[in-house]
Amino acid sequence: MHWESWSAFWDMGGRGFYVWGSYGVSFALIALELYFLHRTRKAVIRRLLRWRAARLEDTGEDA
Amino acid sequence: MRGKNRGMDATPGRRQRWQQGIEARQRSPRSLWRFAAPQQFYPLAGRLAPWFAALAAVLAVAGLYLAFFVAPTDAQQGEVYRVIFLHVPAAWMSMFLYLVMAFWGIVGWVLNTRLSFMMAHALAPTGAIWCFIALWTGALWGRPTWGTYWVWDARLTSQLLLMFLYLGYLALTRAIEDPRRADRAGALLAIVGSINVPIIYFSVKWWNTLHQGASVSLTRAPSMATVMLVTMLVMAFAAWFYSIAVALWRVRTLILERERHTDWVAAELDRLAVKEKE
Amino acid sequence: MGAVFAAMLRRELALAWRGRTDVLLALSFFVVVVCLFPFGIGPEANQLRSIAPGVVWVTALLASLLALPRLFEHDLRDGTLEQLLLSPEPAVVWVLAKVAVHWLVTGVPVALFAPLLAGLYDLQPEVLPLLAGTLLLGTPTLTLIGAIGAALTLGVRSGAVLLALLVLPLAVPVLIFGAGAVEAALGGVSYAAHLALLGAGGFAAVALAPWACVAALRLAVQ
Repeated sequence: MHWESWSAFWDMGGRGFYVWGSYGVSFALIALELYFLHRTRKAVIRRLLRWRAARLEDTGEDA
Repeated sequence: MRGKNRGMDATPGRRQRWQQGIEARQRSPRSLWRFAAPQQFYPLAGRLAPWFAALAAVLAVAGLYLAFFVAPTDAQQGEVYRVIFLHVPAAWMSMFLYLVMAFWGIVGWVLNTRLSFMMAHALAPTGAIWCFIALWTGALWGRPTWGTYWVWDARLTSQLLLMFLYLGYLALTRAIEDPRRADRAGALLAIVGSINVPIIYFSVKWWNTLHQGASVSLTRAPSMATVMLVTMLVMAFAAWFYSIAVALWRVRTLILERERHTDWVAAELDRLAVKEKE
Repeated sequence: MGAVFAAMLRRELALAWRGRTDVLLALSFFVVVVCLFPFGIGPEANQLRSIAPGVVWVTALLASLLALPRLFEHDLRDGTLEQLLLSPEPAVVWVLAKVAVHWLVTGVPVALFAPLLAGLYDLQPEVLPLLAGTLLLGTPTLTLIGAIGAALTLGVRSGAVLLALLVLPLAVPVLIFGAGAVEAALGGVSYAAHLALLGAGGFAAVALAPWACVAALRLAVQ
């Protein structure tokens, strides 16, 4: 552990913008990917359920 | 079932027997081949993905701790060098995932397994994100280190072209409506691209050494401390396991969509519908 | 096999002759774009001379891209492509013939016109034959890579833009070695390695690209 204080940690020897800009954007992208992954799965499941309900109705009328 | 045999009628005989052999292996309960069937792979992926995700999270926390609290300040670059713990794994992962995509493409073309193509599909967005992260962190690292966000260095330029290859794959597979054609066309593109990646790298490297004026030496300090190397490897493994977890989750959604006509997906949907109501 | 190749060659040449305005379009595009650069950059002779090989090569690449969507499109629409793929003849042979004619009517005119236009950039007359030579050596590879892209995007909506996205990154090595040879000659350095690599790339493309192209065409007609 070689940081004298938290402010020294965030400052990164005067290069805070570059270091935290890199890590921040990267982890934000990863978080976005996970969010979209979750959202897509939910949307697909909902769409497939609707699609199946519609199909069951159709075949019901045929029979 | 319908999709599986389409296109096979053109050349019956040898190819059909080959296909039947694979399907028989997929049905055999003892063979690992059974996981090449989407129905078998779907639950397996669901069981495995959380483990990989947890492993990735643990490794990422450990890697970040090493990167910020253990690794010493670099004598030449100061603190900003800590970006490489993210940059290098991202660059490795982006190249590795493209090759894995091409590998699944070849497997799909040779064995005619739909799941292989789906794996390639599932990997592409994650690979593109790693590629972008590598470019972004490279630029932010380059600015304080060599005084510019971008140089036309061989490594950076190849990374940029790799980004275009990913974008091409994503655009092509999304533009083609027929899933069978999208799968195979994408795989073909990934295979052609993966043959080209080394050619691009060496041609760009050669081009770069010829234009001495614009080149900046990016070789890092020769004596990289062991702790730095270990940190980089820990982060690389975190990125790798994350990619596996995300690909498995993505392929599950893809399987549901593609296999929606089958009975087992109907049963799975019923289960999910109950879960959603709760 | 030779007969298939020759027959396809004759057919494609006849078609190209009938659609000769198309050929002129790609060439005019090349001429206009090359002439456009000085307006954007300024007429300073030294600067123009230094960018000339790159400008000519990039524009040749774009011009070759422009004509690519038409490579298989017509055959797909009138059903010829399906018949050809069903025929027992090896598909790589006639694909190669089609690509050869396409190169003959798009690549060769550009290569022949390039020295004339490079004259506008005050390029030394000694390197003009080399410029034409690199284009003659490199454009077949561009057409072959492009043919894979054309087959992959055949019948796909907004296929032409997609084609550019797929093909341009793959064409970078050709661009580097082609323009690099001329720049090496301008700098008084040996350019033999550039030409050797350009030629090697061409051979590799002739050997491999038609197979990928046929596989992509089979997908397109199914």
